[in-house]
Amino acid sequence: MKNNNFQGQVIPINRDNVDTDLIIPKQYLKSIKKSGFGPFLFDSLRYTTTATLDSNSDRTEVSSFILNQTPYKKGTILIAKSNFGCGSSREHAVWAIQNYGINIVIAESFADIFTRNSYANGLLLICLDKNIIAKIINDALSSDSYKIKVHLESNIITLPNEENISFTIDDSYKERILNNLDDIELTLQYKNKITEYENKIKQTKPWLFDNE
Amino acid sequence: MKHTLYDKIWADHCIHENEDKSSLIYIDRHLIHEVTSPQAFDGLDIKKRDIWNKQSIMATTDHNVPTINRDKGITDPVSKIQVETLRDNCKKHNIELYDLDNIKQGIVHVIGPELGMTQPGMTLVCGDSHTSTHGALASLAFGIGTSDVEHVLATQCLNLTKDKNFKIHVNGKLKPFVTSKDLILYIIGKIGTSGGTGFTIEYAGEAITDLSIESRMTMCNMTIEAGAKSGLMAFDKTTHDYLKDREFLPSKKHYDNALKYWESLVSDESAHFDRTEVFDANDVEPQVTWGTSPEMVTPVDSKIPTPDTVTNEEEYIDTLKYMGLEPGVEINSISLDKIFIGSCTNSRIEDLRDASQVVKGEKVSSSIKQAIVVPGSGLVKAQAEAEGLDKVFIDAGFEWRDPGCSMCLGMNDDFLQPYERCASTSNRNFQGRQGDKGRTHLVSPAMAAVAGIKGHFYNVKEFMNEK
Repeated sequence: MKNNNFQGQVIPINRDNVDTDLIIPKQYLKSIKKSGFGPFLFDSLRYTTTATLDSNSDRTEVSSFILNQTPYKKGTILIAKSNFGCGSSREHAVWAIQNYGINIVIAESFADIFTRNSYANGLLLICLDKNIIAKIINDALSSDSYKIKVHLESNIITLPNEENISFTIDDSYKERILNNLDDIELTLQYKNKITEYENKIKQTKPWLFDNE
Repeated sequence: MKHTLYDKIWADHCIHENEDKSSLIYIDRHLIHEVTSPQAFDGLDIKKRDIWNKQSIMATTDHNVPTINRDKGITDPVSKIQVETLRDNCKKHNIELYDLDNIKQGIVHVIGPELGMTQPGMTLVCGDSHTSTHGALASLAFGIGTSDVEHVLATQCLNLTKDKNFKIHVNGKLKPFVTSKDLILYIIGKIGTSGGTGFTIEYAGEAITDLSIESRMTMCNMTIEAGAKSGLMAFDKTTHDYLKDREFLPSKKHYDNALKYWESLVSDESAHFDRTEVFDANDVEPQVTWGTSPEMVTPVDSKIPTPDTVTNEEEYIDTLKYMGLEPGVEINSISLDKIFIGSCTNSRIEDLRDASQVVKGEKVSSSIKQAIVVPGSGLVKAQAEAEGLDKVFIDAGFEWRDPGCSMCLGMNDDFLQPYERCASTSNRNFQGRQGDKGRTHLVSPAMAAVAGIKGHFYNVKEFMNEK
């Protein structure tokens, strides 16, 4: 994300435990790229039949699913309940969410590996209280249009009725999101320390290096 | 200051503490497979970065591979490209690959421990959430995404925030025919699928120390289903006995020093845990999941919960609709279409022995469309064949397959057709996990075997008593 402020239509997913198998099913993990997963986001909920990476045409949409409805179809802020992103470590889940055009996911809580994967790709995750989530989901489901504003600099979300909600976010995470930092480059700044550590354990735990 | 096992391994691998609460942690062992590594190698190429320590890496093909007719190769062109990409990357970077033509090929979480690549006190990562498995050997092991795979390839490190300590203490002894699979399902049923989020879980108590390493692996494997990235078990004599003579163990020259280090890999008495839960192994009966989350689990001799007992009624209704089940139905009355014995949870030699005890002299029910046994590795398969287990399964009507992840996630040709119902020894009953619209019930290997014989769920204890 390049901006501090972000505004978008909310896509309410009224579920706990949205797992990464649900976000992107296994048949689409065969790709060796990081892109092209958007059409398969929530695939099993979106379509009546399954597809493959190289054959995805003439499928019937499940009209009752939120991503097949206006205005949610063009939403950019996903909101769900607790334990979002649980299960498989597949980073493809984050890529699919971003490829679809979603920039922010709001939930009561997130699974650990999904959180790391989101950080690595600059997908903004925001935790909010259960009651606020329930209210936003409800209001978003019953409105023709439900756009919220996220002010990353001030940690504030503004609802359509101008109500402000504050959220907490880790400062280093925010810095990474705002500045799009290269994590590997940051770690390689400690190159000498890593080598020093390796030299030390070559003495204390030589079996890790010497199999003779 | 008293320390937990997790505290000790963490401190031992901490290179640098960052200003935020994270630390730079050194990674000893890196396991890779075809699905989550191609984009990581690509990333290295784009930035022209080298691999930090090739010796720390072991690769295998498991998720996409056929478990039948291997001589024909991989027929799905997309799967083939992915496997070939791993081959190319390993060749280019001179990384050890256990490929389909190698008897040591198998599911990454089966072959790591089996070959002695997983060692106590190591930090071990893999682009796969079930990396938690390796914690059974007192190694701090956890799943990572592809960006972190690239990070470890390039730096041998990860910036991590330390988890909180969670101890699960299990008193007493498991009843006959009740396995560690039943115990971990029972625990997940109690603490929920997010009960362990933010924690590393250490399992302790009589019921745990009584377990073999293979049974411990089943529990650590499913720790991620309780929300924790890592499960841990202390080093003890059982660990030591398991490790003996494994191929990649420390050489004679270093072995005594390694052993001395390993023996320190236990939590100090009265070390502080942020959370502790105590369970009694006597309370655990054979378990069957009835829903689309591993926490939706119940003893085999019970019924599908009724709406008045659930907290989230909407989710409950959706779940039963997906599963094609009604409230209050007896678990024993649920008929199956397919039986899957395999996966990184339950495909080791003891699992196959457990299931074969049930199957011996029996026939798979005529109502079962397909029953497959997929050993976790080529070495497990060979051991099972040496013991005649393949014959027991084949005589009963099971298919005896080649090693791979297979029907646990159905990336190869082994998957459920829509609405098919499967008794599976795998780890996830998520919607569509084993195939689009497929219905999964997680059970132990012995329970899956009984379900195959009966055509419906049935208590393995009774089955064995009647046998």
